[in-house]
Amino acid sequence: MGLLFHIGRYFMLLGEVFSKPERRSVYWRRTVEEMDLLGVKSLGIVSLLSLFMGAVIAIQTKTNIDSPLIPFYVVGFTVRQSTILEFSPTIISLILAGKVGSTIAAEIGSMRVREQIDALDIMGVNSAGYLILPKIVATAIINPFLIMISMFLSIFGGWMAGVLTGIISSNNYIAGVQWDFDPYIVTYALIKTVVFAVIIATVSAYHGYYTQGGTREVGISSTKAVVYSDVVILIANYLLTQLLLL
Amino acid sequence: MIEVRHLSKSFDGVEVLKDINAQFHKGKVNQVIGKSGSGKSVLAKCIVGLLAPTEGEVLYSGESFQQMDKERKKLLRQEIGMLFQGGALFDSLTVLENVMFPLRMFATMSVAEMRDRADFCLRRVRIEGQDHKYPAEISGGMQKRVGIARAIAMQPKYLFVDEPNSGLDPQTSIVIDELTKEITEEFDTTTLVITHDMNSVMGIADHIFFVHNRQLWWQGTREELLRSDNQELQEFIFAGSLMRQVRQAMEKR
Repeated sequence: MGLLFHIGRYFMLLGEVFSKPERRSVYWRRTVEEMDLLGVKSLGIVSLLSLFMGAVIAIQTKTNIDSPLIPFYVVGFTVRQSTILEFSPTIISLILAGKVGSTIAAEIGSMRVREQIDALDIMGVNSAGYLILPKIVATAIINPFLIMISMFLSIFGGWMAGVLTGIISSNNYIAGVQWDFDPYIVTYALIKTVVFAVIIATVSAYHGYYTQGGTREVGISSTKAVVYSDVVILIANYLLTQLLLL
Repeated sequence: MIEVRHLSKSFDGVEVLKDINAQFHKGKVNQVIGKSGSGKSVLAKCIVGLLAPTEGEVLYSGESFQQMDKERKKLLRQEIGMLFQGGALFDSLTVLENVMFPLRMFATMSVAEMRDRADFCLRRVRIEGQDHKYPAEISGGMQKRVGIARAIAMQPKYLFVDEPNSGLDPQTSIVIDELTKEITEEFDTTTLVITHDMNSVMGIADHIFFVHNRQLWWQGTREELLRSDNQELQEFIFAGSLMRQVRQAMEKR
């Protein structure tokens, strides 16, 4: 019953979020601010993680399948495929759920316990729309860019690790990255990214919006936001993979 | 005028308010008093529509809030100003932006006109030169005054003030009380103040409503309050030493 209650209330909240904005210009300004806060300010951690992720995939691929029967391009190919199909869209989204999701839940939760959401409601502002819609739009726009940067950096990280440690030549790695490339996998990754971005923003906002109590409860909401965002992302990842790749 | 008819409110079967009937008059400071946990804040939240009453209705100038559709409620809310206990200013906005916020959302005026209106409201609450500071950079008393400036930005017909003096020193409390009184008279608002501060009650209340034991226990003017022989009311208002001295002085006369 508890789960059904939360699912029902989540979709009712989304109904409020997507109702007509009072003033589009104010919403748009907030969206741009959110793109900076939730997207641009995540660039550092995304870049760092992606570089090392690619590097580790390259080294592990080479060391685990080192055989004369394995073609030379396999390291570049594996880094590209695993990065684009799974690591960048899913793992980075899970990381963003931690960083961005907790920020969203803590911000909205604090506003709730400090009566700022009540203040919006009393003014006649649709508080759910005003607070949550810009975050959804911002993450849905900015996250695909973050993930594309992540893809590039991860593949670059693989090249750096491979070439600098001498386990593969630059030409072989690049040939592997280019081998049998199907652009659809990028489309698939970006579709997943947008879905995950919406999940992160809405699930986290839901937990923040319905915070009750004080600062301790704000902390609990932030934790729940991250945990539930991760769980929903993993379920959605499975469903989307089945839907889009099979 | 705001009228409350047979209003009751329960949470999970626990009754917090029971059959409240009251009229809050225009141009008057109506103060709702009562002990902590007596239900006065719940009453205020039911009146402004933040909580739905379990039974009964609230009428704004004769129109039932519960019968209004979503759009009508939205329009009515633009006629309501509210000062919250903690100010409830938006942390990410400056003082000026906080006051301009309701204007940006609803007013059909240019940015320059909005700024002029916000400047007027800030001057009205005696705040100058703080426009670009954030709420965290100003004192609690100033935050309350900015909260009042924001509440009056849309020229409200109804003004709600929740525990205006909590956390403030006596001098700043008097400033906030005086502002509430002045604004009520100047803008002819129906003002409803939730408080347990007897200094505030004796300073500015035109009509007092005492909430006790989930019910509207007593109502009347300041003079009637002091002379009331209602046991529970007496215990509440004369709990402090200052008010006890007032009573002794009255008895000597």
